[in-house]
Amino acid sequence: MFDDPGLNSLAVTLLTIVAVLGGILGTCTYLILLERKLSAWMQDRVGPNRVGPFGVLQPIADGIKFLLKEDVIPDHVDKVLYIVAPTISVFTTMLAFSVVPFGPVDQAPEWLRFIIAPNMDLGLVFIFAVTSLAVYGIILGGWASNNKYSALGSLRASAQVVSYEIPLGMSILGIALLHGTMNLETMLTDQAASGVMGWNIWYQPLAGLIFFTAALAESNRLPFDLAECEQELVGGFHTEYSSMKFALFFIGEYTHVITTSFLVSVLFFGGWHFPYIAEASSAYAGAWAVKLLVLAAKVLLCIVLVMLLRWTIPRFRFDQLMGLAWKVLIPLALANVVLVMCVLQFGWSHWWLTAGSVLLFIAAGVIGVNASRSEIMGRHQVRATGFSPAVPPG
Amino acid sequence: MPIDSQQVTWVEEPDIGFWEATFLPAIVAGLKTTLRHVTEYKPVTKQYPEEKPSLPEHYRGVHRLNRDEQGRVKCVACMLCATACPANCIHIEAADAPPEWPDRDKFPASFVLDELRCIYCGMCEEACPVDAIELTHIYDLTGRTRNELVYDREQLLSIFDKTKDNPRDPVRTHRGKLGPAAAFKELPTVGPATAVPAAERAAVATAPGVIGPDPQTLQGQ
Ligand code: SF4
Ligand code: SF4
Repeated sequence: MFDDPGLNSLAVTLLTIVAVLGGILGTCTYLILLERKLSAWMQDRVGPNRVGPFGVLQPIADGIKFLLKEDVIPDHVDKVLYIVAPTISVFTTMLAFSVVPFGPVDQAPEWLRFIIAPNMDLGLVFIFAVTSLAVYGIILGGWASNNKYSALGSLRASAQVVSYEIPLGMSILGIALLHGTMNLETMLTDQAASGVMGWNIWYQPLAGLIFFTAALAESNRLPFDLAECEQELVGGFHTEYSSMKFALFFIGEYTHVITTSFLVSVLFFGGWHFPYIAEASSAYAGAWAVKLLVLAAKVLLCIVLVMLLRWTIPRFRFDQLMGLAWKVLIPLALANVVLVMCVLQFGWSHWWLTAGSVLLFIAAGVIGVNASRSEIMGRHQVRATGFSPAVPPG
Repeated sequence: MPIDSQQVTWVEEPDIGFWEATFLPAIVAGLKTTLRHVTEYKPVTKQYPEEKPSLPEHYRGVHRLNRDEQGRVKCVACMLCATACPANCIHIEAADAPPEWPDRDKFPASFVLDELRCIYCGMCEEACPVDAIELTHIYDLTGRTRNELVYDREQLLSIFDKTKDNPRDPVRTHRGKLGPAAAFKELPTVGPATAVPAAERAAVATAPGVIGPDPQTLQGQ
């Protein structure tokens, strides 16, 4: 575009940022519509259908409503933090997207790059560093609201996010070891180069499961939305928020879901790679568009799965939530990392990873069965002693 | 009294097997259920303003005051409905019937029914000896002020005109005659079921033929 390569790069970067921001915000609004429609279908309802045909203009109406509604800032809040919190929530999740490749980077047209910050060697670390800042939005929001429900919600959120950071990071460690890099682009091209059987999900199915679960918990969505569960905490951390500030929290949440889905697709399902139509070598005209669509389809599938899960699984109890992170996911992720290190160190075939993952999964199941059996047995013993809390012994 | 632990029936939670402990089958089964609702989509929603519900025959909606065969108000101002009404929302002022109406003694000079206070129990319809007041199938009642929904005699009669041709609100009879009990010139004295002092009776007449507080003042409130 410009003669000066520096200026050119700047222009392309700005253009990419504009495209990504527009794309994410647009997708967010329509994801909300999709979620409302999907939940309506699952519950045998119709869902929004009044604004435009089939309700397609509903997100626009919602947006206008959010902008025009009175923006209440209660008297008792800490004004600065109260206003900063929702912006942190959106800002950090959007920032994380800057190192995620959202198309075939090497085939990008010259006016657009499929990644905002290319060749970031610490891509994964950057993502985790930035997304774990997102919880500050929630904690500060709840704290600044000066409301007990909000404070409880943000306390829960901090405990939950801190716990789930660990399995989240550890599940990815195996993949980083396998590829010998933390650069998302390289990981993607590596997988694409070795065909369908190169997708990481074949070698790291357990890591994929752990990553998906932990990422779901990170984004504070059902069944992990303890921070905002209406039955116990009114609205949780966003009880005191109204109009666009409230909407920002939701944009943050949906952006998080989008980023997570991109990560799942890129890290475990080969990104834009699909046999025959989108191979690493396919360079026919418009190949980049096909690859873009393939990636978008994978991401969409992942998002729909997240939404389906939301309406399928009931919310966890808080001790179950913590138990899942500390007693199940972290040991499993740790064992998985050890497995990957062994396989790499001794130069075994990668298929041992698959077998090892399945074995670990089975072991976890067997331990789970035994744990619950011994818990029941413990209760039997209490009964055998004739102890009853209502009758004092003797 | 605390119960002995021997008397307690202990309910065992079922032993969980390997697959339950891994959670996955339950999640997959749940996903199948939710997905089945999407693929076999049978919404139960009624698109209300476009799609009217079909109400049961005995639905109780807005009242109407029926007309007899000469188009006159059928009500004979006997006050039975106002007495029966548990919400106390019917206010009738009786007046002597005009001389050209030889078949009755009285007629309602004013008949005010507060549709907002009414609980639509249908007791007035049960009580009326001449089938003058009836509940119709109209349910979508709106008004901009509360006073708009306090219906007077003419409004209640106009609801009759509106609904008399609707097969769901059939007019049972056009005759405005009292039943055989009206033939008694003098009612046999029957002792009250409970000894309620006259001052404490619900139906305390403030003026001859008026039950309850004056409807005019009520309406003005
Ligand atoms: S329906 Fe019941 S509450 Fe309503 S006016 Fe008749 S008797 Fe009173
Ligand atoms: S019971 Fe019937 S006749 Fe008697 S006052 Fe009421 S509507 Fe009129």
